[in-house]
Amino acid sequence: METTRLTRREVLSFFAAALAASQLPAFAQAARGYGSDPDLTKIYKPGDVWPLTFSAAEKKAAIALADVIFPADDLGPAASTLRVADYVDEWISAPYPDQQASRAPIIEGLAWLDAEAHRRFKSDFAALTAEQHRAICDDICWPPDRKESAFFVQFRALCAGAYYGTQDGWKALGFVGNMPLPTFDGPPPEVLAKLGLEQTVK
Amino acid sequence: MAIITSSKTQPEYDVVIVGSGAGGGQMAYTLALAGLRCVMLEAGRNYDPVRETPMFQRPDQAPLGGSPTPDKQFFGFYDGTIDGGWEVPGEPYTQASDKAEEKFWWWRTRMLGGRTNHWGRISLRNGPYDFKPKSRDGLGFDWPIGYEDVEPYYTKVEMLIGVYGANVGMENTPDSPEGVLLPPPKGRVGDLMAQKHGKKLGIPVVPIRRAVLTRPLDAETIPAKLHPGNEKAQRLVAASMKERAACFWATSCVRGCSIKANYQSTTVHLPPALASGNLDIIPNAHAREVIVGEDGRATGVLYIDKVTGKEERVRAKVVVLAASSGETVRILLNSKSARHPQGLANGSGLVGKYVMDSVGTSLGGQIPAMENLPPHHDEGAGGDHFYTPWWLYQEQKAGKLDFARGYHIEIGGTRGMPGGRSPFSDALVRGAYGTKLKQEARRYYGSFVHYAARGEMIPNEHSFADLDPTVRDKFGIPVLRWHWRWSDHELVQAVHAQKTFAALITEMGGTPNPIAKSGREAISPGGKIIHEVGGALMGADAKTSVCNQWNQTWEVKNLFLCDAAPFPSNADKNPTLTIMALAWRTGDYIIEQSRKGNL
Repeated sequence: METTRLTRREVLSFFAAALAASQLPAFAQAARGYGSDPDLTKIYKPGDVWPLTFSAAEKKAAIALADVIFPADDLGPAASTLRVADYVDEWISAPYPDQQASRAPIIEGLAWLDAEAHRRFKSDFAALTAEQHRAICDDICWPPDRKESAFFVQFRALCAGAYYGTQDGWKALGFVGNMPLPTFDGPPPEVLAKLGLEQTVK
Repeated sequence: MAIITSSKTQPEYDVVIVGSGAGGGQMAYTLALAGLRCVMLEAGRNYDPVRETPMFQRPDQAPLGGSPTPDKQFFGFYDGTIDGGWEVPGEPYTQASDKAEEKFWWWRTRMLGGRTNHWGRISLRNGPYDFKPKSRDGLGFDWPIGYEDVEPYYTKVEMLIGVYGANVGMENTPDSPEGVLLPPPKGRVGDLMAQKHGKKLGIPVVPIRRAVLTRPLDAETIPAKLHPGNEKAQRLVAASMKERAACFWATSCVRGCSIKANYQSTTVHLPPALASGNLDIIPNAHAREVIVGEDGRATGVLYIDKVTGKEERVRAKVVVLAASSGETVRILLNSKSARHPQGLANGSGLVGKYVMDSVGTSLGGQIPAMENLPPHHDEGAGGDHFYTPWWLYQEQKAGKLDFARGYHIEIGGTRGMPGGRSPFSDALVRGAYGTKLKQEARRYYGSFVHYAARGEMIPNEHSFADLDPTVRDKFGIPVLRWHWRWSDHELVQAVHAQKTFAALITEMGGTPNPIAKSGREAISPGGKIIHEVGGALMGADAKTSVCNQWNQTWEVKNLFLCDAAPFPSNADKNPTLTIMALAWRTGDYIIEQSRKGNL
């Protein structure tokens, strides 16, 4: 089992980050939401409505962790090419209560990642090898019964909300739709056969 | 006539209509096409679904992936509701109790078309039993009318708005006349699974009815059936019908519909009414009270022009309130005068009493057989395709159930548009990340089912609204204070639904989520289903009700309530179709009485 003792420098940097996180909500509260009558047809990207607030270090760690969770593979591109970390930044920077509640755990979790990376591998999390990433993530991925693992599961869910809201994510998941069709034919024959179903609307 | 500002109103109209949703829209349609000169007050802004509906916008193109926020509640960013929700800034309401289970959630929508813009479009007829509930089980109230009185109007509304579905011939689930319904859409995986496995449990699963065009409306023949002898109305309605396209089988109806494939007041009722030249609409006009003359008759409506902040008055021979049950109650209670110290039409003291919502509860589960299905289109008509009408009338009659009345089951799609919310369950994918997570997400996507009950609540003495003695909204108007309590009938019913859903999921070889341990845990808070009805019940006499069978208040002859406020019961059938049918029926009565000089 890994020792949990931190160096003095790491402890200080962790608390500095945590302190910054605890102060940030006051800043984020000054940001305004999109109101009850936003333009619904406009295309938005993170940062358009309220400012993003990740520090450079947080952003780097978030991009790296999102790519560990959603890497490039046969099922689609890496999270970083879909700007998933920006979505997380938008989320924790939002002026709404639910989102504000997630701010401190995410910021503190990202700071913990870097502190842990330094403790174990003397490097920022973003600069670690794939094997080193796995070494840390395997320790915190499940169950979400501690602060670090609760952070991991929450961060993963936020990334999933972003990743699977894109066309690449749809492809990865197997969603087809959002396109006009001349007719709706119901599930194809192979799906019906697999489940032993019969189309009852002729 | 057109969409106007306060300064452009006529000196007097035949009818002023407060509200532009299902009731107000239908009323304006019926009256304006018959030649009555109408003005409509809408508290929200003008709204054009053709231009403003986000049809193909994706979650990654919305703030927060489109997730709900206090600014855009319920379905989130792309919800067709603007300037609305359970909380509206500057327009509070209060609770008589601070207990969570005695709280009422009041959804309001301040926009042209009101709540019809994001409505689920489920369009069910009340059956014969639903008009005479007290006669059947001794609880609640009978309506002063029966199914046969409303049936012709159900048919007319279905022909006008376009409703898909099937005649299933089930008890108290009326069929429509041949040729009225549009073809139902094909069953989806989740629908057909529930249908197949429900059979073994005796739970019938059949095509639902929704106000979505599965083919274009027949603009050649329908208008003549709706408006015999009225050539102008036929022409205008035909032109409006031709503007509506059939569903293209993508995107959710709660966004609204720019191609007008589903019903919303703004695309179906208001265009022909405006085209008739007999309707003025004043947006941003927040009704405050009904003005009453020396003779006790209503003479018009006092409203706040939200653009100028000034109080304005509009005069009319007839006043129709269709502002939503709660808002209609509020307007009546605020219409105080020396003659009406308790508010208007409230000599019985019954205004605000007997508010009902639907019993709501839901349960999901995961079905291994549905894992890793080949990707295929499942969005369909943008809402439910199948449902289960309440099916246990005989068991209930035989005394086998421990609650009165029933619920229907709504069955959703299983492969809806992902994004904004994680598509997998943490408990199932556990610690997976990397390629393993992406494989697990794909495996489980489409394997989750979800069932929702919508059931009948029996009116009770403890569920009502009155005016808060101190709190006022930003316009200085006293606000509603809600009182709420479920009875055991609703709580027990919600538990029954949970058990039914768990049994169905288990029968499908799946694992249901844990069921609620009690009715209180199972039932959605009051108002959360957004089916609030009652508050100004219709009945057989002036002592025991607020309105007569024509939605006409007993006390003020030229005042009509045409939202769900007059409903004496709230059948499990969603109220919108009945609101429209009764509004059309009342509209015909207003036309007839006006011609006779009785109003």
